[in-house]
Amino acid sequence: MKPTTLDIAGLETVYDQLAVAIDAVGADKSELLLVKLALLAANRLGDASQFGELIAAAQRDL
Amino acid sequence: MHQPFAEPRRSIYYQYQVHQPWLASRHPGGQNHPIVIVGTGPVGLTTALEIARHGQRCVVLESELQVSEGSRAIVFTRRSMEILQQVGVAQRVTETGLPWCYGNSIYRGQRVFRMENARADDDRFFPMINLQQQYLEEYLVDAAQANPLIELRWGNRVSKVEQKGEQAWVEVDTPEGSYELRADWLVACDGARSGIRTAMSLLMEGASYEGRFVIADIRIDLPLPTERLAFFDPSWNPGNTILMHREPHGIWRVDYQLPAGEDPEDALRPESLKARIDAQLEMIGFGGTPWEMDWSSVYSARALTLPDYVHGRVIFAGDAAHMLPIFGVRGANTGFQDAQGLGWRLALVAKGAASAALLQSYSSERVGAAREIVEEAGKSTRFMAPPSRGFRLLRDAVLSLSLSQPFVGPLYHWRTSRPHEYGGSPLNSMGDDNLLFKAGPAHGAPPLNVRFAPDSYLLDHLGGGFDLLYFTNGKAIPAELQAVVAGIRARGIGVRLIAVSSQVASAIQGADLVLDDSEGRCRARYGVMADGAAYLLRPDQHVCARWMALDANRLQAAFKAALPA
Repeated sequence: MKPTTLDIAGLETVYDQLAVAIDAVGADKSELLLVKLALLAANRLGDASQFGELIAAAQRDL
Repeated sequence: MHQPFAEPRRSIYYQYQVHQPWLASRHPGGQNHPIVIVGTGPVGLTTALEIARHGQRCVVLESELQVSEGSRAIVFTRRSMEILQQVGVAQRVTETGLPWCYGNSIYRGQRVFRMENARADDDRFFPMINLQQQYLEEYLVDAAQANPLIELRWGNRVSKVEQKGEQAWVEVDTPEGSYELRADWLVACDGARSGIRTAMSLLMEGASYEGRFVIADIRIDLPLPTERLAFFDPSWNPGNTILMHREPHGIWRVDYQLPAGEDPEDALRPESLKARIDAQLEMIGFGGTPWEMDWSSVYSARALTLPDYVHGRVIFAGDAAHMLPIFGVRGANTGFQDAQGLGWRLALVAKGAASAALLQSYSSERVGAAREIVEEAGKSTRFMAPPSRGFRLLRDAVLSLSLSQPFVGPLYHWRTSRPHEYGGSPLNSMGDDNLLFKAGPAHGAPPLNVRFAPDSYLLDHLGGGFDLLYFTNGKAIPAELQAVVAGIRARGIGVRLIAVSSQVASAIQGADLVLDDSEGRCRARYGVMADGAAYLLRPDQHVCARWMALDANRLQAAFKAALPA
């Protein structure tokens, strides 16, 4: 089975939602927001090793 | 010349007794001893009592003239109580201690996690019991002083240790000057700041953490149950953690983390303690309740162990061997397991009934246990006192999520001290049926307790030697098994043959004791399917072999593995 990914419209929605949420909580809370979000997403993903791959992907090209 | 503090220590609830120093001039005679233990803390005294229980003499040296200052270790686990039962003090702890089952984690006034650890029907003891360390030490001192095989020497400070041949030569300083003694085995139970460990230049492995904590004991009347309270990121101490525990005699332990960079001496100034304790009481809704300070101290979180506990003729146990963070009550509770693991081995070795090779498995089993604890304690410590920006962010994210997302709750559950299973121990039997059992304690595990009658539990009947639990409804223990047991006993090694019968009040020839398992609880808990099954427990009660159907050859082989040549 092919893993589910976002279509273009979905990706655009996520892009906007995240940007709006980061602006809404302000600079001093945005990091906390993102870490909470990462934990929620990881729990939904339900796979620690896949989450590790995502961390590695995010660490590239910073 | 060693001049120990000779006035009773101050306490608002505990009456210290100052003992007379032991002076060599009043005790003529040789100073050659098979076993000398250094330290009368819980670990030193439990080791001494275990050794004596196996019929071996020992001398115990203590530099002070009285028991520990302050309450120190206050939470004892069920397994610790089972060990203390073996050395005869569990009853006194039960009489004065406060048992408990539940732990609460609180964030922004909301209980975000509750640790439930109910008392099982088959257990004699509660999961945890709170008692100040002075009382526990007092009970152990009383038991040691009543034991003719233990010689307690107050006011005797070890000033030098040298290993010469098959002995440790020890210089001991006393209020009248020094004397020398020689020990075939010297057991260092001299605590986290072990002078013996330092003098031998032994290095510990593991990690030290930045966080520092204040412990304060106050007398206050709070109408709260005996449960652990952990407050995360409280308004008066942002980012840090506060623990509260009820102790007997109207005392509460308040344990709080210091803000980074604060000087520990400043933190112990009375004004500083008062401001913070008042703030904590205010936060939990008891502001203005009168209280009185008993004792306070500062500690830092460390998770360290020596990589080997046996060095020639010097053996380490307890905090002298490892230093563990106190969240998860791992200090004394780990130490009791050291004492229990060491006691029988050293007694048998000193009596000449077992080879010194037996001591190597003390070291490998207990270092293995300590390394597991260091690993687990590291996780708790990273949550309680985050060591870096990243860990702090994650911890804060979990706190925030926990108000609405129960899936993060278990991260609050710092792994409490538990009895270790020596699954890889060289003392475990290779040719038994360990893997065929579907239930029951496996190789290296401590036994499961079983309630036979309202005041009769399996563990009440164990100890003092090996225990062979033989499940049978026959009239006699097979003669070939009795012969193997007799052969082991002839070597000066205790073995008790316990028949577990599913019939009421049957007499079984050859059994030292018959336990009535007519309810079948023991068979069920031990995964026993048929008559003739058996468990062999070492003198520290850990399982070293189990069989679906026992025969003499395999019993002999199990003793051979458990008592290496």
